[in-house]
Amino acid sequence: MSVEMTRDHNNGLIMPAPAPTSLVTRRNALVGGAGLLLAGCDQINASPTVKAVLSLDEKATHGAQRLVTDRNALAREFSRADMSPVFRQNGNQNPGTAEYNALAANAFADWTLSVDGMVAHPLRISLAQLMAAPRRTQITRHDCVEGWSAIGEWSGVPLGLILKRAGMSSNARYVVFHCADSTGGLPYYESIDMIDAFHPQTILATHMNGALLTVGHGAPLRLRVERQLGYKQAKYVMGVQAVASLDGIHGGKGGYWEDHRGYQWFAGI
Amino acid sequence: MATHYAEPDAVSAERPDSPLIYRTRLPVRIWHWINALSIFVMLMSGMMIFNAHPRLYWGQYGANLDHPWLVISHRGTSGFLSILGFEVPTTGVLGYAQNAPYAFPPLVTIPSSYSLADARQWHFAFAWVLLISATLFMIYNIVSGHLRHDLALKREERSLAHLWHDIKEHARLRFPTGEAARAYNPLQKIAYLGVLFVLIPVVILTGCTMSPTLNAAFPWLAELFGGRPSARSIHFLCATGFALFIAVHLLAVVLAGPFNELRSIITGWYRLPKERSK
Repeated sequence: MSVEMTRDHNNGLIMPAPAPTSLVTRRNALVGGAGLLLAGCDQINASPTVKAVLSLDEKATHGAQRLVTDRNALAREFSRADMSPVFRQNGNQNPGTAEYNALAANAFADWTLSVDGMVAHPLRISLAQLMAAPRRTQITRHDCVEGWSAIGEWSGVPLGLILKRAGMSSNARYVVFHCADSTGGLPYYESIDMIDAFHPQTILATHMNGALLTVGHGAPLRLRVERQLGYKQAKYVMGVQAVASLDGIHGGKGGYWEDHRGYQWFAGI
Repeated sequence: MATHYAEPDAVSAERPDSPLIYRTRLPVRIWHWINALSIFVMLMSGMMIFNAHPRLYWGQYGANLDHPWLVISHRGTSGFLSILGFEVPTTGVLGYAQNAPYAFPPLVTIPSSYSLADARQWHFAFAWVLLISATLFMIYNIVSGHLRHDLALKREERSLAHLWHDIKEHARLRFPTGEAARAYNPLQKIAYLGVLFVLIPVVILTGCTMSPTLNAAFPWLAELFGGRPSARSIHFLCATGFALFIAVHLLAVVLAGPFNELRSIITGWYRLPKERSK
């Protein structure tokens, strides 16, 4: 996810203007032919059957990656010397709501993280409590779905620790992250499975590059799930919910980009 | 392609001077067409994926505020390509074309209007087709002897003098005729071997190197290519290699006789070009 993706909004191909009609030149025929070809290709792309067949690749990729990779394999951790000089912000840069602005104005002293869903003890955790919890620091590479990469240092509380503290039910299959930001009135959210939720590098980060998260990078809390692409790294996390199924949560596909933009839930490649 | 097949008598009786031979076996023909389709879909969807971030970097990181070695972009309605700091205006072709402000124009991308999500679906679906068909074809190449008999350079072909001669013949558009046309010529073999043993394996491996999950499980991948941004650059160079191969391949088909060449890659039957009078 990133700023540039907002291009999706302006679905903006403007077809070539019709050429003057009196002459059928070779160039006109070419442009016309190309237009027909484009229209044909777009029809194929829009077909639900084609979409269904193509989407089999996500199942194949997800299955194959889980099959051939060690589920506990750690993403490479870098040294400080390897870090990007400037870490580009991805996705929304500021939730901008009155509620969020009020929290930010008070340095998130009144902010709490809710942990609920299929847990024995729903929690509300303050930022001060998160700061006092055991933490993990890692210098990792952030890979955006668009193709850019940035290396930064993240520090935060392992998600698995919080889920255990809340007494998560063994029937829960996914962890959903509800966020303060939204796009066009549609709230941002993301979800991961238990393999990633309990992965040692999966943390709820309060710090980036040695300082508290800035608003641009998701203050006060963002998810780091290091073996997936950037749009899974939910920013402005307000709530963590353990669920047995993604059905019934917003569009049911497990995330903002998944529901509204056709991105794959498993962002392993 | 292997030519150990007798020609049908009827045909040779018909045109004794230029016999029709069975030159291209079925598995080769099937793979050729499956591979052609997957390469085209992957090139076109790959160009749309590139449009999402039309900049290439070397190293372990690379984003907008870092230093790309290649950029395809636009200022206003002027497109440009910048390689290693040298800028070429490309309006109407790259950067800005068909009124679309994208690196690659709608005519050559899948889908034609901007959608990274859809392009990824096409790219990864056909990545599976490419991976599986290339693996099966590689096994076939070894087991059937196609690799040893038809693709590997013969001992006498492995000399610079021989290759230089072949290059000169190609430059004069003098392609092998008669008995010599039964087998692939050395430049043709090198081109095919390059696709099979360099472009396809490297494009698959660099593709895998862009996966954060596979990176974690197989750290040697990113080490091999010098980082994810480097792997993405090499992936793009491989795609360029495929595009060049296709251009030369199609040109060779046209120059060598498109009907005869197409017949041989569809039905397997090929008419040996008449021996050139010396």
